[in-house]
Amino acid sequence: MKMNGAQAVIECLKHENVEVVFGYPGGAVLTLYDELYMANFPHILPRHEQGAIHAADGYARTTGKVGVCIATSGPGATNLITGIATAYMDSIPLVVITGQVAVSLIGRDSFQEADITGITTPITKHNYLVKDVKDLPRVFKEAFYIARTGRPGPVLIDIAKNVFAAEIDFEYPKTVNLRGYKPVCEGDETSIDAVFTELCNAQKPLFFIGGGINLSDSSAKMREIIAYTGIPTVSSLMGLGCVSQNDPHYFGMIGMHGTYAGNMSTTETDLLIGFGVRFDDRVTGLLNEFAPRAKIIHFDIDAAEINKNVRTYIRVVADLKWSLNTFFAKIKQRTSAEWHQQFKPWLKQMYAWKEEKPLVYDKKSHQILPQQVIETISKITKGDAIIVTDVGQHQMWTAQYYEFQKPRSFLTSGGLGTMGYGLPAALGAQVGAPGQKVICICGDGGFMMNCQELMAIADLNLPVKVIVLNNSVLGMVAQWQRTFYNGHYAHSTFKTKADFVKLSKAMGVPAIRLENKNETQKLLENAICSDGPFLVEICIPNEENVLPMVPAGARLDQMIMGG
Amino acid sequence: MKYTLAVLVENKPGVLTHISGLISRRAFNIESIAAGYTEEPDMTRITIEVEADDEYELEQVVNQLSKLIDVIKIIDLTGQDRIHRELALIKVKASPKNRAEVINIVEIFRAHIVDVNKETMIIEITGEDTKIEAICELLKDYGIVEIVRTGRIAICRGPRPAKNV
Repeated sequence: MKMNGAQAVIECLKHENVEVVFGYPGGAVLTLYDELYMANFPHILPRHEQGAIHAADGYARTTGKVGVCIATSGPGATNLITGIATAYMDSIPLVVITGQVAVSLIGRDSFQEADITGITTPITKHNYLVKDVKDLPRVFKEAFYIARTGRPGPVLIDIAKNVFAAEIDFEYPKTVNLRGYKPVCEGDETSIDAVFTELCNAQKPLFFIGGGINLSDSSAKMREIIAYTGIPTVSSLMGLGCVSQNDPHYFGMIGMHGTYAGNMSTTETDLLIGFGVRFDDRVTGLLNEFAPRAKIIHFDIDAAEINKNVRTYIRVVADLKWSLNTFFAKIKQRTSAEWHQQFKPWLKQMYAWKEEKPLVYDKKSHQILPQQVIETISKITKGDAIIVTDVGQHQMWTAQYYEFQKPRSFLTSGGLGTMGYGLPAALGAQVGAPGQKVICICGDGGFMMNCQELMAIADLNLPVKVIVLNNSVLGMVAQWQRTFYNGHYAHSTFKTKADFVKLSKAMGVPAIRLENKNETQKLLENAICSDGPFLVEICIPNEENVLPMVPAGARLDQMIMGG
Repeated sequence: MKYTLAVLVENKPGVLTHISGLISRRAFNIESIAAGYTEEPDMTRITIEVEADDEYELEQVVNQLSKLIDVIKIIDLTGQDRIHRELALIKVKASPKNRAEVINIVEIFRAHIVDVNKETMIIEITGEDTKIEAICELLKDYGIVEIVRTGRIAICRGPRPAKNV
């Protein structure tokens, strides 16, 4: 069928079952926007390109579908960088469409020209520059395939302005032919046999689960395996929610702000089995002393993750869907009771650690403490909500004190640690899951970085609830300065105190400030159960620390404890 | 230790950017990189010489490069029975007075003189890098004006092409 390039882009999106795009118009994509307008294609307009890409990311994390984002050339495209890098680090499937100046102007430092494929090469799974309209259907087909298969990730398509107007006889390819890209699905069964043998001989095995469980939708299978074997389980930040926080075999997050039981068990275990994890430095602490007594087994879809940070004893490189099924079939050779019996003393030790040093904060304080706020939100929602955070102290308190129950219920920038992620990601999450409660928890620093997206939330009357924990400092920075830099609060304190209630109302979102500790429960309940968008500003003390804490470069069992 | 990798990639624009971008991002220690067309018009072969501390480091290089969509295949030629060559063009000072001495060295190394003028000559030499370094060492005495080298390329002996290994 004959059409122009812009119509072809929309046809491609329809063929890929894209329901909505997040974008911001500009010169190089005007032709595309004209066609989006005429096709009445669902489009969400944030107030900043960074908002668009984080929203597409939040949408992708919630739905498991590919998030799609559009921006214009030059500054439009470069404003996406942080969001692309955020998605790349957390393996989130995105297709990012950027306009480029016309082919005749490329390379001449033209107005709003930026080499976005060059810039994004290290932070995309793949990228394309389309200079010929004939390439559009193939490129889109490949881009969506690459973004969603294997280890997911963002793919960028840069399209020269003249391509949108050029004529094409459109036909969408049925198959993808990429010689250099054959994502693994099934792995080597003998490696699973080897894992089984190790497990039979282990006294203190530990499951360590990560974001890969979310991405592969393997939470249910993982829970079955844990229940069947009775093996203690810990998780990374990205793995929160994959196993219910109330599972008797679950002992929380490990790493820099991990639980005492989690970090102690990592130091003691004799067989650490990682599922969809990257062993990054926030998890391992001092790398050479990570799990010093353990053989490490690594399940991952990406062969390049094996031996990247820790030395792997057995590798299972496959889609977790395949490997967990195969693994479960294998471990059923022994009865559930036999497994439980084998690991009973180890589990007892785990409980002892948990009882010895649980997470604590000063519950008697007359001030409103952030930990208490998170616990209250947890009680109100009972885990039945999508919790989105920004980055910093509040993110760690949420990870520690919110009782996650479901996979894909915790959206946070784990790898890149992007301040400003929370609010736009919550917008995208609510678009992807209109029937669910979406709660964005942020600090005052990160909130300010993308607070303009309150207006986009107001535009759509999305029932996102925003909780701003305001301590008027960059909390995590200040914590490090307090602990490691002699209390020199170098530029981590804000002089002007913003009135977030007024700011929120000015942008069309009703808001309230929580000042009285006794009203916490009632006020949060009202806010969370309200129909439309709502913002709650909560003033918290500025010297509260996230604890426990493993100093950077220390061993996991060398924790600074609270209480 | 030095390792030699044959990297078969799609012959498309942007592929070298992706490869060099990855090498710098992952801080790999690349000593030499040489790319050129192959027997298949849509395939480019890149010979990469990489310095790695151990097999784990090499494994990372191979696995990360393999993840690039346009990389079709990577073959580690290190332990294999292979031939490797490099070509260098060397512009050396050669006055009429000592020109004969330089020609003598060129003949010993089975190199070629490809251009001469009143002050200098250009020598073309092909061989293993040790051979190129040896001739450079000798030519230094006369004054080397300019050197350009292709980087190492390598091919395995025997009937099978590397892509079928």
